[in-house]
Amino acid sequence: MSAELNVRHTAQLARLELTDAEAAKFQSQLNQVLGYVRKLEEVDVSGVEPTAHSNQVHNVFREDASREWFTPEVALSNAPRQANQLFIVPKVLE
Amino acid sequence: MDLHSLSLSALQAQFRSGTLTPLDALDALEKRISAVDGRVGGYLSLNRDRARAEAAAADVSLPLGGIPIAIKDVINVQGDPCTAASRILQGYTATYDATVVRKLRAAGAIPFGRVNMDEFAMGSSTENSALQRTANPWDLNRIPGGSSGGSAAVVAADEAFASLGSDTGGSIRQPAALCGCVGLKPTYGRVSRFGLIAFASSLDQIGPFTKTVEDSARVLNALAGKDPQDSTSLDLPVDDYTRLLGRDLKGVKLGMPKEYFIDGIDPQVDAAVRAAIRQYEALGAEIVEVSLPHTEYAVAVYYIIATAEASANLARYDGVRFGKRADDPRNLLEMYVRTRSEGFGEEVKRRIILGTYVLSSGYYDAYYLRAQKVRTLIRQDFTKAFEKVDALICPTSPEVAFKIGDRSGDPLKMYLADIFTIAANLAGNCGISLPCGFANVEGSRLPVGLQLLGKPMEEAKLLSIAHAYEQSTPWHKERPAL
Repeated sequence: MSAELNVRHTAQLARLELTDAEAAKFQSQLNQVLGYVRKLEEVDVSGVEPTAHSNQVHNVFREDASREWFTPEVALSNAPRQANQLFIVPKVLE
Repeated sequence: MDLHSLSLSALQAQFRSGTLTPLDALDALEKRISAVDGRVGGYLSLNRDRARAEAAAADVSLPLGGIPIAIKDVINVQGDPCTAASRILQGYTATYDATVVRKLRAAGAIPFGRVNMDEFAMGSSTENSALQRTANPWDLNRIPGGSSGGSAAVVAADEAFASLGSDTGGSIRQPAALCGCVGLKPTYGRVSRFGLIAFASSLDQIGPFTKTVEDSARVLNALAGKDPQDSTSLDLPVDDYTRLLGRDLKGVKLGMPKEYFIDGIDPQVDAAVRAAIRQYEALGAEIVEVSLPHTEYAVAVYYIIATAEASANLARYDGVRFGKRADDPRNLLEMYVRTRSEGFGEEVKRRIILGTYVLSSGYYDAYYLRAQKVRTLIRQDFTKAFEKVDALICPTSPEVAFKIGDRSGDPLKMYLADIFTIAANLAGNCGISLPCGFANVEGSRLPVGLQLLGKPMEEAKLLSIAHAYEQSTPWHKERPAL
């Protein structure tokens, strides 16, 4: 495992912007955490299947049928900006 | 005895005999909250009017008829705020009831009040709440544990008869231990997560905080079951979780995992847990030593898997559909970035960055995939141990409540507070913490928690084993002086 974490770059991927102080602090704290989790390198995992979930459920389907659910008014009730039953966001294309 | 100090079961008996009404119970809670919550800081908000209307109409013959229950601020109750103690959800009003809330209502209970937590359930002390500080009712200079610190503190301080919390890596059991109440994490999939704000979806599970084990069983009776809205909920019969209460411990085998009795545990915690084990022997249980050899890797596995899942789950907070949006963004990207950077607190940002990193191209196999494989080995440890014993017995937390501010600035040290609780989430089995004594620290008397871990879906047996100990000891009757 390599610990070449660049917090600024990774933060950008997650749509976060860090102040210089935050970047410096997180860099050192997360380097420490990564140093700790590197102990997993000791474990022999050859032939071991990964566990994504403790319940092995597969392909849970339901009828593709309409149900009573939110009205547009309810769905929009927490929107920071809305009009004409739509969420309003800043212009995407110039 | 003051009304607010009653257990849920004792309160219910009085409702049914007609000596008290649900409105009396609400009055008593409101009085208690005004008297002590200024110091404890457990509640974020109360919906008094709705609760009173529901109490006036309550049917006390229902399983939880007329019982007010406090709700962790991460579970949606229609018409109430649900902020996950984050600035990014300030102003948000829930538009639906979580399945657990719908089920509580069907059992006659009254959702009453929102309680504090670490932001997005990320933390072990409730200090990461962006909204409020919560204190431990046993020593107001100390933390209540976390992330469900408010849920634990209000039950311990007699400001609630019961509460709901969520447990991703110990967030029910650890605060229950540190505040001296009973906290149950059901088997993964036993209780629906629909309407719980997601942190780490393969680990999160909702469960109750109560004053007694019997109360815990009663609340679980209402919560458990398959939910079509949560495809990971298990389609298995729901037990009556009070069914085995009162049974003796003859023939019961308890395993002491040797990896949970190690150097570094607070000596007073170690002594209290060992005394509890002797008590179990006196009650007729057989104690055997077992091994969970991959225990030392659990925290590392958890902080890879939980942060990876969190980084995906928290991508939805982008300022488009709900919650906070940054003022006057010039374009869409700036709106996302500023909304998230202004809205999330420090620990949440740290975990999103870590989770994004372990999932990123080039690092996925080394971190995330490897962690998932070690998770398999941790599950197998439990499967093997449970072939030999009915339940495992160990401390909930290696320490008692620490002082507010003591750990901030050292995330790794904070993460290690969950060392004994995390593995049960990774394996998916059920676990409970109950009071087993006190430690005397610098003039304070601080609760110690005993943890019992059970096989998947064996909550009834786990609760009966916990109940036998509780009923033979005085710890659950002790209340903090507030």
